Amino acid sequence: MIRTENVHKSFKVEGREPLHVLKGINEHITKGEVVSIIGPSGGGKSTFLRCLNMLEVPEEGHIWFEGVDITSSDIDINIHRQKMGMVFQHFNVFPNMTVMQNITLAPVQTKKKTQAEADEIAIALLNRVGLIEKKNEHPSRLSGGQKQRLAIVRALAMEPDVMLFDEPTSALDPEMVGEVLDVIKDLVKSGMTSVIVTHEMGFAREVSDRILFMDDGIIAESGTPDQVMRNPQNPRTKDFLSKVLY
Amino acid sequence: MSFSNVVRIFTKYWKVFLITGVSHTLLLSLITVVFGALLGLILCYMRMSFHKPLRAVSSFIVDLIRGTPMLLQVYVGYFLVPKLLPFKVSEFMAVSVAFSINSGCYLSEAFRSGIQAVDKGQMEAARSLGLTYSQAMKKVILPQALKNILPELGNEFVTITKDTSLASTFFIGDIMTSYLIVRGNTFLTFECLFIVAVIYYVINKILTFFLNRFERRLRVSD
Repeated sequence: MIRTENVHKSFKVEGREPLHVLKGINEHITKGEVVSIIGPSGGGKSTFLRCLNMLEVPEEGHIWFEGVDITSSDIDINIHRQKMGMVFQHFNVFPNMTVMQNITLAPVQTKKKTQAEADEIAIALLNRVGLIEKKNEHPSRLSGGQKQRLAIVRALAMEPDVMLFDEPTSALDPEMVGEVLDVIKDLVKSGMTSVIVTHEMGFAREVSDRILFMDDGIIAESGTPDQVMRNPQNPRTKDFLSKVLY
Repeated sequence: MSFSNVVRIFTKYWKVFLITGVSHTLLLSLITVVFGALLGLILCYMRMSFHKPLRAVSSFIVDLIRGTPMLLQVYVGYFLVPKLLPFKVSEFMAVSVAFSINSGCYLSEAFRSGIQAVDKGQMEAARSLGLTYSQAMKKVILPQALKNILPELGNEFVTITKDTSLASTFFIGDIMTSYLIVRGNTFLTFECLFIVAVIYYVINKILTFFLNRFERRLRVSD
């Protein structure tokens, strides 16, 4: 479903050496697979995830999504993004719209759905995540956990083929982490292909088919949760896991 | 300065101050803000476009206007505008053109910072859903930027009512012109200055009052 080949990304900082964040990532995520990316901060996890839908443009390498090279300059990236949902650390829900408007904006604007169809989907999704009574509220009236659930639903309303989660619980108060993880778990169980950047080790272990350990711009280790977490081969993975509690 | 003189001057010349002066000042300010806002939008759009020459032209104009004194711009407007236009332009209109251009440049910067103040995660979220840049701008960014910009427009209006006093150099009839006229008739400089100062102050107090109410309303709708 998603295949990357030799993806490089660096960030230019004025007056300093460019920061080389991704140093050649080769990865293949298959349909239905749930992949969690763990690793220390600054290791390139989020950047890699953001490259997958071209929010960051890699300066070298290729990314194929459903057989199309989305790093090519003659494709319309918007069409491909419509099939890739993304959930952000800071929710990024639209404060100027109600919950319903947040969800139906993209399906209607991209002409995937009529307003009536989009409303119907939105209501079904809100029921599923327990936010239906908030449908006419603005996000300022929602808690962090509710905002993140809204953000997930907003992405799902586009009926994506893959979901990308960028530290979806890192900005939440501890008591709200559970409700968001439950929604993601449900989603993953329903067979949604997902790539999850997370610091929730227990969660990653429970839901993932495969775990990638990223450090210093490369995928240092990849394998099943048991392989990577119980019996890490790379000393850097061992070192990282020994420092995090889960 | 004696208070009885103030009262005497005001009773005799109140029409010059309050009717001619205030109406010209408010009209000039209104024209300036309306046309300034339009020009500001255009300049801001150019400044934020992906087209490099457009960006360069816009920043040059803004830079030029911000880097020269307003009084000089009013002079240039007064003498140059009637020469450039094929039809006859009143002095008042010539001066309004200068004020509008000046205000447009300052407002374009205010618009730009209002847009840039919208969290960049908003654009990313909209783009990640598959919206185009212009759809994201129109539906997500600009409605939020408007909330930052509207109070700024109001502030600009208050500032402009004071800045238009520069136009009195050309006797266009604003409040400061009424000062020049009445002083010319009475030779009582301080009394006339006092009256004019009170008028400006009261106008700005009233405008600020409405502006604050408007801003509170904006915040409530959040």
